[in-house]
Amino acid sequence: MSFWNATSAVFWREFFGYFATPLAYVFIVIFLLAMGSFTFYFGQFFNTGRAELDVFFGFHPWLYLFLIPALSMRLWAEEQKSGTIELLLTLPIPVSAAVVGKFLAAWVFAGIALLLTFPIWLTVNYLGVPDNGVIFASYLGSWLMAGGYLAIGSCISALTNNQVIAFVVTVVACFLITISGHDIVLDFFQGWAPTAIVNAISSFSFLTHFAAIMEGVIDFRDLVFFGALIALFLFINVVVIDLKRAG
Amino acid sequence: MIEIEGLVRRFGELTAVGGISLKVAKGEVLGFLGPNGAGKSTTMKMITGFIAPSEGRITVCGHDVVEQPFEAQSAIGYLPEGAPAYPDMTPVEFLSFIAQVRGLKDDAAKKAIDTAVVRTGLQSVLEQRIETLSKGFKRRVGLAQAILHNPPVLIMDEPTDGLDPNQKQAVRSLIKSMSAEKAIIISTHILEEVDAVCTRAIIIDKGKIVADGTPAELLAKSPTRRLDDVFRALTTPDAEINAEGRA
Repeated sequence: MSFWNATSAVFWREFFGYFATPLAYVFIVIFLLAMGSFTFYFGQFFNTGRAELDVFFGFHPWLYLFLIPALSMRLWAEEQKSGTIELLLTLPIPVSAAVVGKFLAAWVFAGIALLLTFPIWLTVNYLGVPDNGVIFASYLGSWLMAGGYLAIGSCISALTNNQVIAFVVTVVACFLITISGHDIVLDFFQGWAPTAIVNAISSFSFLTHFAAIMEGVIDFRDLVFFGALIALFLFINVVVIDLKRAG
Repeated sequence: MIEIEGLVRRFGELTAVGGISLKVAKGEVLGFLGPNGAGKSTTMKMITGFIAPSEGRITVCGHDVVEQPFEAQSAIGYLPEGAPAYPDMTPVEFLSFIAQVRGLKDDAAKKAIDTAVVRTGLQSVLEQRIETLSKGFKRRVGLAQAILHNPPVLIMDEPTDGLDPNQKQAVRSLIKSMSAEKAIIISTHILEEVDAVCTRAIIIDKGKIVADGTPAELLAKSPTRRLDDVFRALTTPDAEINAEGRA
């Protein structure tokens, strides 16, 4: 059983699992309603009078903060609660394949929810002449950011068999990493920590990297940031599961 | 086919399994007996590679469970305690997933699933979600999953727990029908089961083997010739105290 065969088996099981229950439909409906209402009511999308989706994408980090942990909380906590983890981990597959398969299923699912916001893209193209390159980059950035939140959430979900705890801790962790470039956080460190550390903390901010991609410039460094962050948390995820089984 | 040497598992201060050694050959059905918390399930979790031993060595069909986990796990069919299965899947979807992970493809997978379904009598519920099934059917789904790839080694943790007398009988017949060409370990605290299906029984108490022999040999240890009495005499702390008190 190669790594990718095992990953694909876990991926498809998880992916169809979303659609076998109301979870997928409820999530997608809430996701689209939230995206729409924030953009049109709070963001005053029509009143800006500009053919761009900055308002729409600007809300993504904050909506993800609650929606993505709702998706990630069950990834491992549920398996541990129901005992199916014992089944999964005694099958002849590497733990990393299970971790990656589950993560990819959630990430692709989040991607589908994101793609279903396409009517707003049609709207803005109907009303004006937006820069579709910028919109494409923003979609990509948004999806990468969702992947970052998911990897953190998956890792935290492996630490507990309680989904509520997984949700709450993930929201807090994601909030901190999102605003780590913000003055509130930086002021806290600025007084005593060396500049290098303050800069390092600030560079972890999802907002900073997402804002850079939203400019329409897909900088290699921003892609590497999200890619490395996802890889790091999935690696920790594997370690967490291995540690729980260690003798 | 299964060889265990000096197996120890500690959870912090607690020693769940305190030095178990045993061998199981092809054609043997070994019954693990013991009170709740004696270390039966923990031992099974180590044989199947779900948790790692603190000390000792396990080989399954010549493969060290720690060094070559996938080779060992490929040779094992495992029914974990409570027969966990993914509730949102139907039995046929669930078995297809297991077949895929076990590396069975197309015709081989279809044939394996058909055989397992017939042997466990699942035909009537193949398209029902597992969460809607009765306890007896859920257990049979777990059994079907364990025997799907026709493994040379079967490990079953309380395979008849919670079943009605007819279902118990059916599961015992199934185990007997497979026993000739496999090495099987079942755990139970139903003593009549040992008489019904096991060729050999081991009584475990506080993580140690306190008796090992054929059901007839174990019976010979009691003046009353009842397995219940042997079990109680070997595993009840009060019995020891009373015996010492009298002496």
